[in-house]
Amino acid sequence: MEPVLEIRNLNVDYGLGDRAVHAVRDVNLTLHRGEVLGLAGESGSGKSTLAYGLTRLLAPPGVISGGEVIYHPEQGDPYDVLGLSDNALRAFRWAETAIVFQGAMNSLNPVHKISTQLTDVLKAHDPKMSDHSRKARAREMLKLVGISPDRMDAYPHQLSGGMRQRVMIGMALILQPQVVIMDEPTTALDVVMQRQILGQLIELRERLGFSVVFITHDLSLLVEFSNRIAIMYGGRIVEEAPAATIYRDALHPYSRGLLSSFPALRGARRELTGIPGSPPDLAGMPSGCSFHPRCPKAFEPCPTHIPVLGRPGTPDGAARSVACWLHPTEQPVG
Amino acid sequence: MTTIPTSSTAQVIPGQGAMAQPESAKPAKAKRRRFLFLRNAKAVIGLVILGLYVLFAIIGPWVTPYDPDARSNDLIQAPSADHWFGTTHLGQDVFSQVLDGTRSVVFVGFLAGTIATVLSVIIGITAGYLGGRTDDTLSALSNVFLVIPAIPLMIIITSILENASNLLIALVIGLTSWSWNARVLRAQTLSLRRRDYIEASRATGEKTWRIVGFELLPNLTAVIASGFIGTVIFAVLSLITLAFIGIVSNAGWNWGTILFWAQGQQALAQGAWWWFVPAGLAIAFLGTALSLINFAIDEFVSPRLRSMGKTKLKTASGGTVRMRIGFTPVLDNSAAPHTHAKPIPINTGGATPVIRETAGS
Repeated sequence: MEPVLEIRNLNVDYGLGDRAVHAVRDVNLTLHRGEVLGLAGESGSGKSTLAYGLTRLLAPPGVISGGEVIYHPEQGDPYDVLGLSDNALRAFRWAETAIVFQGAMNSLNPVHKISTQLTDVLKAHDPKMSDHSRKARAREMLKLVGISPDRMDAYPHQLSGGMRQRVMIGMALILQPQVVIMDEPTTALDVVMQRQILGQLIELRERLGFSVVFITHDLSLLVEFSNRIAIMYGGRIVEEAPAATIYRDALHPYSRGLLSSFPALRGARRELTGIPGSPPDLAGMPSGCSFHPRCPKAFEPCPTHIPVLGRPGTPDGAARSVACWLHPTEQPVG
Repeated sequence: MTTIPTSSTAQVIPGQGAMAQPESAKPAKAKRRRFLFLRNAKAVIGLVILGLYVLFAIIGPWVTPYDPDARSNDLIQAPSADHWFGTTHLGQDVFSQVLDGTRSVVFVGFLAGTIATVLSVIIGITAGYLGGRTDDTLSALSNVFLVIPAIPLMIIITSILENASNLLIALVIGLTSWSWNARVLRAQTLSLRRRDYIEASRATGEKTWRIVGFELLPNLTAVIASGFIGTVIFAVLSLITLAFIGIVSNAGWNWGTILFWAQGQQALAQGAWWWFVPAGLAIAFLGTALSLINFAIDEFVSPRLRSMGKTKLKTASGGTVRMRIGFTPVLDNSAAPHTHAKPIPINTGGATPVIRETAGS
């Protein structure tokens, strides 16, 4: 499959020099055209930092201390997002990569009608567009996300949480970006609404062909509707594989821990174990594999050597990668 | 990566692995940064200038080279080694006058600022937090004070009292200038008291005084501080205005009195710039210092405004980038793995890792 976004050795720090906290370390990740890539991990594992880092939206003291984010536009040559000038970056945002924020329900400005907020995006990126066609586009977008276009003149407080979320998704798609980053977009919604919205998102993706980076701590959600899942721990990607593979046969003990912390719908009942301990302090990472203090399978190399993310020596090893000394690798990723 | 003593594998026994977040994995706690406020250039410059003013306010009248009232034969002399800021039409030393005048300006400014701030905090927060009839009453009171013109009132008061002292002037300014800050504080309190953390502290049964003192007040620091600084500037300017129009000329020297005499003797027409420029600059620098401190407090209280003291960063390629919201700086744009995360090859002796272990759940 054709890549649309390639993250190479991305490093994101908070702070500078010796006091810097390395929140994202050497992340290699490829997003393919039209795929849903799930990014899962505990709170504080660096998921959101990764998303904001690659879009360069981190507030100070966040800095990108290394790496490349190669974007492949539909036509034209690929380029590095981290090397863009400010104006180019501003033009790149939303038109190529849109983002739906954590708590997107509150991302709408309460004093403006949603029509104003939808057309604002168009005004900023395509000033030549006529007012009429802007309105028409906004109406079309609302219809697409399942909101009656006569709600155009509603204020955010007149909409329910689910509707506001849909408006945000519609707004993210209004310029037909190639990549949509969603940072826990459904956390504040009830499960019924979550399902509806995600179903709609998948449907839209099939129709419009964008790729999604979906960040969540709810692995069960990802297993159901993403193509591939990357698991993050302590700022690194520890495992990355097709969703079904992760679900059936996770290699990293941490992924297994995450998977055994929610019940299966079918099959024999089993005890939910979860993962003992708490996530590491990013400012004082354990040496070696950062998961080793909590890992039930830790052995000699774990406390001293950092495992490389690479293809494991399993039969399906070509389609997945894992960073664990239980599965040493000959072919590192990136 | 900081070197952390590695824990032995024996520590990581399955089952105990839960608690095995080994203590040795915690790095030496980073040294607490003291005087964080002073890392801000604005704060340092503001405090240094203000410190000089306070110093001269204390020692000024004792270190003046001449008696500020003493006449001499050097009439309207330009600045020289004898008279640093020149002399007046009566041969008085302007430098001595400026030094001597610092005390009353600083005294009136800070006393009035303190009185007004204390009043505005008490009245504003009480009105905002308690609401209801208390709010109505206190709001009406501050509305009344809002429309009382301070300077005309002071002109009347000082003309009734023959010897209006600096203390009296400070009291009048302080008692008439609190209302604007009280309104601002009330509005901010109204917004804060509905926040979840205030509701939460009410739910945990905190006493009202504790909620106000420990939950509300710290969040109002920036507003209170900027109100205080603003009132001090206002009080200084009021005092100087009063002195300049000749209302309090018998209350000792201050910069306004100097300006009053300079104006009265047509200093500008005579080309005697040294007569009014020092006093004018003294006022301007004091205002600058107070404003700088105000900005610094804002940045200190709201970390989002703070830029870690350092806004310019060096990139790997030798250029500089700025820390800016919305445009995260890129320090190194190479795809090479970072040094702090370089994986170490496994063949360092010891056991060979197991190739594959079946999932044992």
